[in-house]
Order: sequence, then structure tokens, then C-alpha cells
Amino acid sequence: MAGTAHKYGDNVDTDVIIPARYLVTSDPDELAAHCMEDIDPEFVRRVKPGDVLVAGKNFGCGSSREHAPIAIKACGISCVIAKTFARIFFRNAINIGLPILIAPEAVEGIEAGDQVSVDLASGTIVNETRGTRFSAAPFPEFMLEIIRAGGLVPYTRARLARGDVQRGGR
Amino acid sequence: MAGMTITEKIFAAHCGREEVHAGEFVRASLDIVLASDITGPLAIEKFREVGAQRVFDRSRVCLIPDHYTPNKDIKSAEQCRVLREFAREQEVEHYWEVGRVGIMHALLPEQGVVVPGDLVIGADSHTCTYGALGAFSTGVGSTELGCAMATGDTWFMVPSTLRFVFHGELRPYVGGKDLILFTIGQIGVDGALYKAMEFCGETIRRLPMADRLTMCNMAIEAGAKCGIIEPDDVTRAYVAPRAEREPRYYTSDPDAQYERTYEWDVSELEPQVAFPHLPSNTKPISEARGVPIDQCVVGSCTNGRIEDLRAAAEVLRGRRVHPRVRAIIIPATQEVYRQALREGLVDIFLDAGCAVSTPTCGPCLGGHMGVLARGERAIATTNRNFVGRMGHPESEVYLSNPAVAAASAVAGEIASPEDLD
Repeated sequence: MAGTAHKYGDNVDTDVIIPARYLVTSDPDELAAHCMEDIDPEFVRRVKPGDVLVAGKNFGCGSSREHAPIAIKACGISCVIAKTFARIFFRNAINIGLPILIAPEAVEGIEAGDQVSVDLASGTIVNETRGTRFSAAPFPEFMLEIIRAGGLVPYTRARLARGDVQRGGR
Repeated sequence: MAGMTITEKIFAAHCGREEVHAGEFVRASLDIVLASDITGPLAIEKFREVGAQRVFDRSRVCLIPDHYTPNKDIKSAEQCRVLREFAREQEVEHYWEVGRVGIMHALLPEQGVVVPGDLVIGADSHTCTYGALGAFSTGVGSTELGCAMATGDTWFMVPSTLRFVFHGELRPYVGGKDLILFTIGQIGVDGALYKAMEFCGETIRRLPMADRLTMCNMAIEAGAKCGIIEPDDVTRAYVAPRAEREPRYYTSDPDAQYERTYEWDVSELEPQVAFPHLPSNTKPISEARGVPIDQCVVGSCTNGRIEDLRAAAEVLRGRRVHPRVRAIIIPATQEVYRQALREGLVDIFLDAGCAVSTPTCGPCLGGHMGVLARGERAIATTNRNFVGRMGHPESEVYLSNPAVAAASAVAGEIASPEDLD
């Protein structure tokens, strides 16, 4: 994955990522059209598939709505790199297949507009513009599979289809 | 081998490892998976969407119609129907019909469905309640729950633990509800974000199980992943007559790693009241007195157990609810209801002029059985007081323990039992 970095600060909440007035739809493309609208109206025009979102602490705080990571993913963002994530956003992002990495040093070392490439499997982040490299703790393989499958539902469907589940006593 | 917290040990046991530590990602097998009438239908949809035919274990999936029951309206009736029909189709053992059902986080401990050492997820944010038994228990979304009903496992990032040590003997009318309100007031509604809150210390050792369940129930209100209390003799005595399965007792190692420890002497702690509109907006009763109220609710998964009804009845005995006030008492399970009848508590409530209801979550989330109009105020033994929680957006909810709620119902304003003559 490689693309342009879009950088934001701390506590970017779910109402900023996708304002509640647009929650009348679950359609990813409709949500994408309004992503980050209230803090950066130009974002949707600037963003290109493969770009990376870089943010400070507590990214995605606020509501548990899945619409927030869905909107970001539908914009073509290939990865969100933050210093820390809000708990529910973190879980929702994995479960809808939006790649995320916790990497405080990378956030410090990336400015808006830098060209950044990410290797999710190894957790390596390269700032191509500045020639610097950062490491995030990579996810274990089974979690990379959830992300690669596009989220928990397609991943679970595939697991069930190949019989890869434990059965209980009955 | 580095020391582990009780939370880390439960995760290790459920992913077949000797040792796990905070920050690791694991896939853990689940002992109990639960959903209500409001979260179950979406979970069932996702279950179908992944192509699942049978739930992973029909003795481990619990479907409990407790929120908008007895059927609140047509939509709720349809949701209950979806839950009921799925329970029948899957031959789910832990499904209770109205007339047998109780509020899930009171019913499941009472019936021994969750036992110490369990790993539990539920499509309900107060699933964290079962930590009081020495289990790891947390709330998840409906999509995740639907997938877990099929697979019997899910992924976790093992949380780090905040330790809360309580010292001192509690004053009269001070219990688990006050301890947790005090804690949330100290650390804020995001003070335990993603963490396990481990409650310990001699004050906790002396707490009855009902108060422990109350404390762990509200861990989510501090943003926590879970609340948890190491099992001890109180736990064993509670669990022994009821456990449906073999409990496993874990404790935290002396050299376990904690992210932070809070330590408080609570011997002078007053009953706490959480003011609108955050559970962290707490004041001691001495600063809360005098706010006029319209409604009092004693019930919910937080404080609807027999011990809570006894505390309320003790205050209401020989007294009358204020003429302006509606007092609604909701035993959390049928067993609590029957016990309250046997002990003469229902007579006390009726003599005082209270409404006594069948078990339901009802007013706690503004559903039914006691919704507030514009400008009204309730004092409630429930767990949340955000804007519009119990009804009109311009109504207010104050959270307290049962004795304070009952005293306020008599006084017509927020009051301590010690204020009444």
C-alpha cells in the first residue's frame, strides 16, 4: 500500500468522521462522499485510493457506529495510522476490514502530503518523502486474514465454508 | 514466566496458552454468548448472512427477552418473535419466556449460567457485570455476536488492568453502587478506556455478591473493557448452590503487571448521587439534597436484586411515597419477586404507594414502565443518565443506590434515609 498522507490531530471523533445527519444510509459510497466534512471539506476531493490517514490520540472516539470506519474505507483510504485508537472504533475497523496501525513515532514522523507506504503484514511504515522507516507491532496472521477478507462477516463465512470452527458439546 | 492478572489468566486458559499479556491479540473460545430482544434480531441476521446453520453450542448461547418486554408495542413484539423463533429453531437451552424471564445480568448469575473463570461476550454493554464472579465478560456489537454464535470464538486484544484498592469499613447506607459511582466520578467516563478494572482491597472482600455485581455492572460507564473481582469465599458460597458448570477460580499473581493503581480509604464515603447528564457527575448526598423529583425507580441490572429491594423496603416501611412522586419497583427476576413477596417487601411497597412491576429493563432505557415527560426528574438505581435516557430530552435522571432512591421518593426531593423521621 502507498499513497499520500492526510494528517489530523487528537480526538478525531465519529461525528467528525461522518456527521450524524448522514446516518440515514448505510451505503458506503454515500457515506464516503461526506467523510471528514465538518473539519476538512476538501478531504473528499483530495483523497485518492491508496492514501493513508494519519492521526493523533484517541482516533475514532465517540459513538460505536460502524459507519465511521465504513466511510473512511469507502474513500479509498488504505490504512489509518494513529497514536492511539478509541476502543470501539478499533474493533469496528478490524471487523469491517479497514487496516489500522498503532504507531506513535510514525505519526510524529509524517506530515500532510508525504508519500507513505505501509506493509500491514510486517507492520512497517515507510515515509518515502523523508526516507524514514517506522515499526508498528504487526497483527497475528488470523487477524490479517480478517482484514484481507474484508471484515468479520466474509471472514466468518469463509471459515464456516471450510469447516474451520470448533463445535461445542452438542 | 512473568506474573499475570486474573484477566490475563482467563485469556490464557481460553486460547490454550501458558501465558498471555496485555496488548497481545488472541483468538479465544467463548463459554457464554448472549443477546437480548433488541440486539438479538440483528445478530441473527448476521448469523444467517455468514451461512451458519447451527449455533456452535445450544447450551452456551443465551437469548433473553428482557428489554422491551412484556411486548412494549408491535415493533417490539416482532423483535421478540424473531428471538423466540430462532431460539426454538436452534433448540437454545437458555431462552426464557415472559413470565419466567428476568433482566439478563441478574438472571444469569442467579441461575448459575455464568460461572467463575468463564469468558463471556454479550450484545449488551452491561455484560461486564459477570466480572463480579471472577469471569472475563464484555459487551460487543450485534454483527460480532452473530458471527460468534456460529463459531464459538472471537478475537481480542488482551486489555491491561487498572487496579482499584478500597480500604475501610463502609458507613450505613453505603454499598457497591456508591463505590462504583465514586470511582467513575474520580476517573471520568473514559478513565478506564479499553482497560480491565480490577476491584480489590478489604472493603471489596467484605462486599456481598449483589454489591460486587453492581460495581462490575457499571465498569462500562468508565469506558472499561470489563470489571473484575478475584473470587474468594464469598464467591464460592454464592456459586456453590447454583453453578451449572464447573467453576474455575483464578487470582492475580503478586507480580502481575498493572498499568496503574488507585487506592482509596472509603470509610468516610457518603452515599453518592450522579447528577445529569453523565454517570461521572457525582456528588455526595450532603451536596445532593433538596432536588425535587417526580419519579423514583428501584430496579435494573444494576440494583434490582433482593438485597436492593430489602434496602428500599427498609426505608419505605411504615412511610408513604410523597404525593407528587411515582415510585416504581422492578424486581430483576421472578425469584427476586417471589422472595420479595415472601419477606413482606411487596406489602411494604404497596402500603407505601409504589407500583410493583414484573421483571423488565423498561424505564432504564426510556422504553416503557415509567418514561419521563418534559421537565420531569427521576432518581433511579439504574446505570446511565445521558440526555433523554429515561424519556423526554428535557427530562433529568439522577443515579443513586436503592436506599437513597427510596428516601427521595418519600421526601419528594433527593434525600438520605437519615433525613427521614
